[in-house]
Amino acid sequence: MNEKLIYLDNGATSFPKPEAVIQAMTAFMREVGGNPGRSGHRLSIESGRVVFEAREKIAALFGVGDSSRVVFGQNATEAINLGLKGLLRSGDHVITSSMEHNSVMRPLRALEKEGLDLTVVPCSREGFLDPAEIQRAIKKNSRMVVLNHASNVVGTLLPLEPVGNICRNHGILFMVDAAQTAGVIPIDLEKEKIDLLAFTGHKALFGPPGTGGLVIGRRVDEKTLQPLKRGGTGSRSEFEEQPDFLPDLCESGTPNGVGLAGLRAGLEFVLGVGIEKIRDHERKLTAGLIQGLLRIPGALVYGSGDAEKQCAVVSLNLEKWVPSELSFRLDEEFGILTRVGLHCAPSAHRTIGTFPEGTVRVSMSYLNTEEEVEQTLQAINTLARKGA
Amino acid sequence: MSLGVVLFASTHFAIRAEKIAKEKGLAVKLVPVPRQLSSDCGVCLRFSWDEKSRIEEILNQAGLQTEGVHSLE
Repeated sequence: MNEKLIYLDNGATSFPKPEAVIQAMTAFMREVGGNPGRSGHRLSIESGRVVFEAREKIAALFGVGDSSRVVFGQNATEAINLGLKGLLRSGDHVITSSMEHNSVMRPLRALEKEGLDLTVVPCSREGFLDPAEIQRAIKKNSRMVVLNHASNVVGTLLPLEPVGNICRNHGILFMVDAAQTAGVIPIDLEKEKIDLLAFTGHKALFGPPGTGGLVIGRRVDEKTLQPLKRGGTGSRSEFEEQPDFLPDLCESGTPNGVGLAGLRAGLEFVLGVGIEKIRDHERKLTAGLIQGLLRIPGALVYGSGDAEKQCAVVSLNLEKWVPSELSFRLDEEFGILTRVGLHCAPSAHRTIGTFPEGTVRVSMSYLNTEEEVEQTLQAINTLARKGA
Repeated sequence: MSLGVVLFASTHFAIRAEKIAKEKGLAVKLVPVPRQLSSDCGVCLRFSWDEKSRIEEILNQAGLQTEGVHSLE
């Protein structure tokens, strides 16, 4: 990586990755390479162990006793699609929030056309959700509540445990999109009463793109889960029907062994540093960024404004600046890489009042530094003074 | 020394069983499933037949479901 670049787009994908992740992937390609779960030779078995260890570490991270209930896929989007399309039927009622990403909104809107009953409960301009709104939205046919853990636009955390309790009390499934928080903020399926947890491997878990998955809680009967794909699993090969047990039910076709080798190393990195330490560092960066931005004339900061109540994702604008111009100038003149626009979350931008122009999003990882935040603030301040 | 194998529904469970058995100091090995036992593509856990009850006990304690235990005689 060019020394001068400051990468602040970790909400899209984390960069750089820890060296151990790159080494694990190289080692897999050079020395392992077999197809896990297919053949009986040593390289197939070794590859199977890589996948197994990645699964065990995901289970450990989220407080899941049985790692066979972790199913891998391409990303959080695929996992969300599996949870929604795999379990919901026409006539079911689903509750979600106005802060969701299109990974939740688009499959729900498509299912709505096929007879799903959908309620989108409003959030505040800061992105907060009042759990009482969920309670009020529950109907006789309510089957599932779907929420992001933290907004990918403003980082605001949603109240998982209170909503989990409400869901449990009403016998409703609770699905959480942890794309922005898995690896940064502790998540425990039992404590928060989560039934389905969609995670991505390539953000705060430091794995490569093309890794992610769904954790399927014990209350979900896999016999009622329709997989997105069917095909070869290496198991029950004498039958032409899909196996009905996890993880094979939801994992057809050759898995992304090299990606999961990287994800395993990313998970080892996260578990090695410790999630509390990661969160502390990111909280410090976030607080410094928000406080610094508030001192810049004309800077608008969206979201909670409180690093305690959000993850390391901050949306901003400068008065009189078009967001795309600000993001471009930060890149061109300062080598600072941010993301501009609607961040695949039009509903969230409507909620915070920035639709359709969008915002400039700064999203940090454990590997960003306070100096980088300081340089970013100086750059924004310089541009603010220059004017658009 | 006579050998036996434990069959599992999926490679995931076979690898988990191997890990648990090795942690308990048992000499086990993942091998291809013998054709006469199943037409699965996967692997099964081979062990020394003398340790059959010990293997069964360990797997049972771990809550691991098996698809049968067979002698390779």
